[in-house]
Amino acid sequence: MNVAFLVEKLGLKVRCGGDRLDREVSGGYAGDLLSNVMAGSKSGDVWVTCQAHQNIVAVSVLKEHSGIILTQGREPDKETIQRASQEGIPLLVTELSGFEIAGRIYGLLHP
Amino acid sequence: MTQGHNYVFPVEGERFDEAGKVSVQVKQILKKIGIPDAVLRRAAIAIYESEVNIISYAIHGTASLQVTDDHILIDIQDVGPGITDIEQAMEQGYSTANDHIRAMGFGAGMGLFNIKNCSDIFEMSSEEGKGTHLKITINR
Amino acid sequence: MTLREIAELLDAKILVGGDHLGIEVKTAFSADLMSDVLAFAKPGSIMITGLTNPQIVRIASIVDNSAILVVRGKIPPRETLALAEELDIPVLSTKYILFETSGRLYASGIVGCVRKIEGPESIVPL
Repeated sequence: MNVAFLVEKLGLKVRCGGDRLDREVSGGYAGDLLSNVMAGSKSGDVWVTCQAHQNIVAVSVLKEHSGIILTQGREPDKETIQRASQEGIPLLVTELSGFEIAGRIYGLLHP
Repeated sequence: MTQGHNYVFPVEGERFDEAGKVSVQVKQILKKIGIPDAVLRRAAIAIYESEVNIISYAIHGTASLQVTDDHILIDIQDVGPGITDIEQAMEQGYSTANDHIRAMGFGAGMGLFNIKNCSDIFEMSSEEGKGTHLKITINR
Repeated sequence: MTLREIAELLDAKILVGGDHLGIEVKTAFSADLMSDVLAFAKPGSIMITGLTNPQIVRIASIVDNSAILVVRGKIPPRETLALAEELDIPVLSTKYILFETSGRLYASGIVGCVRKIEGPESIVPL
């Protein structure tokens, strides 16, 4: 399952990294505390968060996430978009809550 | 007109361990007075966010509660750095919180936005280097 | 789903409120940021969080959460649990991460208490 599949199935909006949607999604991680995400997430995870500030990009790059999904209609800052495009991290947006989108992704990962 | 209820609660800066104490107390007070759940929840949320703002940014402040026949009046005053750009501070997601504050689950940039959403009338003034004053009116 | 069923599904420890396991839960809200809970959580929903400080109990009391579910195997400190006892809010702890917890609950029929943020008016939880 790649990022493009999630985008299509969940109606996510792509804010940047549209050319990197072929990345493989091996799992998911939900969380808003960067230190927790740093400690607990795995390479290939798609990260579900409501944090929209630019620090999220560095975490995602370090942990080699397949993409970031911002929940509850949060829009990324200009700096966040800039840094995510530089780093080639797909930045996706949904109006659904973190619980709901994590639930749906989980369902796609464990059919 | 019946006698109004008046309360003043002090809030100390940097006491993150105490965040929400005033709010929980206010909720209990309003419940006793017989304010409906949906209304007292709004008051409790507005006070919670105000407490967190004082704790996160100010030196100290007070939260005052006055309940009249028609309204719940909440007055928040702090001594602190004040807010430079009120319009920007009101934006959802805008925050000047440092990583320490964010690591505790605060500083999401939702505070003032939440307060305004819970108010029927919301007034705010701030003076740089002096402090910030919020006046929150909620209809009973 | 009852709290008891949630505890079984997630192999969760019941830290506070063992006598409330019959409570019926239909909706959930997950957050590590407390302002988000205040802004979006609905009364009766279960709060799922990775935080463990007394804040979570005060917030749950303010928004009338039915219970608190702590994830990532964290056990809240004694002061948090004491406050939860005092305010009579059940606290459960599961070893699963937030993502897995959300997924399992969602698959069992628990829905988010906000499905979609349509506009400013729908954000007001009241």
